[in-house]
Amino acid sequence: MTIPTELLSKIDDVITHYPVSKRSAVLPLLHLLQHHFGYITDEGITWVAAKLELEPMQVMEVVTFYPGFRQAAPGKFHIRVCRTLSCAMAGSFELMDNLCQLTGIDRSHTDHHHSIAVSPDGKFSIEFAECLASCGTAPVCMFNDDFFEGVSADKAKALVADYGSK
Amino acid sequence: MSNAATAPAIAAPVDLVNVQVNGTWMKFPKGMRMIEALRQVQVEVPHYCYHPKLSSPGNCRMCLVETGMPARPALGQAEVEKDEHGFAKIMWSPRAIIACANTVSEGLGIRTESTLTKEVRKGVMEFLLINHPLDCPICDQAGECRLQEFSVEHGRGESRFQEEKVKKPKNNRIGPRITLDDERCIMCSRCVRFMDEIADEPVLGFTERGSHTVLTVHPGRQLTSNYSLNTADICPVGALTSTDFRFSMRVWFLKETNTICTGCARGCNMEIGSRNDIIHRQGPRDNNNVNSSWMCDSGRLDFHWVNSERRMTEPTVKENGTHRAAPWKEALEAAATGLRGLQPSQIAIIASGRMTNEELFLARRLAAVLNIGAENTDILPRTGQADNYLVHADRNPNTKGAMLLLTPTPGQQLAGIRERVQSGQVRAVIALRENLLNAGFTADDLGKLAHLVQTHVMLNDTAGFANVALPSAAYAEKRGSMVNATGRLQRLNAATAPPGQARDDWEILRDLTLAISGQNGLYSIEDVFKAMAAEVPEFSGLTLNAISDQGIPFLETKETVPLLVREAERKAKGIIVG
Repeated sequence: MTIPTELLSKIDDVITHYPVSKRSAVLPLLHLLQHHFGYITDEGITWVAAKLELEPMQVMEVVTFYPGFRQAAPGKFHIRVCRTLSCAMAGSFELMDNLCQLTGIDRSHTDHHHSIAVSPDGKFSIEFAECLASCGTAPVCMFNDDFFEGVSADKAKALVADYGSK
Repeated sequence: MSNAATAPAIAAPVDLVNVQVNGTWMKFPKGMRMIEALRQVQVEVPHYCYHPKLSSPGNCRMCLVETGMPARPALGQAEVEKDEHGFAKIMWSPRAIIACANTVSEGLGIRTESTLTKEVRKGVMEFLLINHPLDCPICDQAGECRLQEFSVEHGRGESRFQEEKVKKPKNNRIGPRITLDDERCIMCSRCVRFMDEIADEPVLGFTERGSHTVLTVHPGRQLTSNYSLNTADICPVGALTSTDFRFSMRVWFLKETNTICTGCARGCNMEIGSRNDIIHRQGPRDNNNVNSSWMCDSGRLDFHWVNSERRMTEPTVKENGTHRAAPWKEALEAAATGLRGLQPSQIAIIASGRMTNEELFLARRLAAVLNIGAENTDILPRTGQADNYLVHADRNPNTKGAMLLLTPTPGQQLAGIRERVQSGQVRAVIALRENLLNAGFTADDLGKLAHLVQTHVMLNDTAGFANVALPSAAYAEKRGSMVNATGRLQRLNAATAPPGQARDDWEILRDLTLAISGQNGLYSIEDVFKAMAAEVPEFSGLTLNAISDQGIPFLETKETVPLLVREAERKAKGIIVG
């Protein structure tokens, strides 16, 4: 794993924000790594631990605690479908099935510990997320950092076509 | 102010606060944790995560109790309602709070028997048991399991859980000495905190979240610390178990004997668990002046040799180059006969820093009876690496006692004795509890001796050269006293009986002295201590009983225990109760 100079200087800067305890920099460092590499590898965990003079275990605890941290590579566009109450009632499970069909993703092998499924071409990946904070416009989903509301079957089709061409 | 000169302040005055416990008003020091205050008045509060030597995260919720604060006057109200004792009426809170991390305060009320307290305990127990396997019949912790005990006291008879239990890793060797069953873990985090705060190797941690939380080590790491078995001690359930003790004995069959570890000069207070003269496990016993609540793995696991086949079990006498078993009387007579014709300067005693004070005292008497000079008396020093926790560089448990009773400069005479053995000046050696081949002597040296008497617990190569080899008792088979590195006088107690015809060392030394000089008058180990107290000023006024299970300060050494110093710092900061 090579950390580019630019990322490294960002990391070094972030650490200075926590003068009392370097351990507090675990979360921001993990975000920076995930943002750059797309997910966090075992090597990434040991790297962060060494950087902050911690035991790898202390970083692994954080990575596995938050579902926001991925330990497996997502697709180019990572889709998050909200499944909390309002969206679930407004059809987020149907939306999930729909998106899987459109992107060719097979979710049958996902479970609690491996929640992300990737399309065969690596373009899309998908997982359920908890509340994305827009209950009034359910069902909602995100493509990477872009947020979409009231995602009907037609809108889903258009979104997949749109991102698929990017 | 006038009495300040007459009564010097030895401790800062402690503010006391009035607290109502189950209806009775009591006084406790301000700032005391509620759980400790309740313990002081014999009110038990069930708990898992709380440990006085560790920080209090308050995550198990088992110690929840109903509390109330004194009423304060409302706007316009001059005074609050008082109870018959004159204390403000207690306004009981509808929510229970944890007793481990909250402190007592003036006018506080605590109810540990109320409906609310009982209900919350029941509720917490139900959640703790949701994913817990019902494998008590095959669990090593059964019999000393807090979950089992509190489940009986505070749990419900049957489970309401209809769903699937979460499956987690079982029989997981997370280190060379620890086996982990994750399904039994209740996530109290005592082990995680112990490894972080005491052992300074935070290799344990929780991964995942909620009911999927798993205690584990990082895939690249192992729980290798020499203090790892303490995590099994403090584990309130059967999640962390000692691989060595696993499945070897149900704990309720074990006889517990309070004694001390003889692995190094620390003298950690220890409890031996034995059954039918077999030792099954050893573990630490609380002593805040010696080892706190902890013990090293190497010390506590160093007992298998006591049960082993390599023990010497009968006295042997060498005749025409071969050894034969002999009755004690004959063997002791043979030992004495070999010494009788010799000049005092031709005899040397090599004793051991592993002997008790009483044995060293009798060795001193033997030396006096034989008129052996200081230049021909010594013990074998043993040194190793100190570890900045508990393990001491001096690996002899009683060097301080040997310095007081036998030789003020341990190890200084050994080379001289060996030279005199080589030159033929020393013709006989009495080796007490030491293998001379490990003490710098060679087989050639031993071959030059006319008479070699050896007492030892194990069969070793020196025994092959000995004219008389006498089997003695191991640390777990005897009563006696030792002085640790900090100068504390501590007591060993017998957990098991010596194998075969092996005898307690003090009896061997007494009988050997008797065979040589005819002196007697010692019939028990207490008699030996009494004789020692009469002769050695440091022991005067003491008895073996007076030492008690916690030991007593005895010699001034100015030594501190690194682990205890750090614990005192954490206590001063209020992180731990201590």
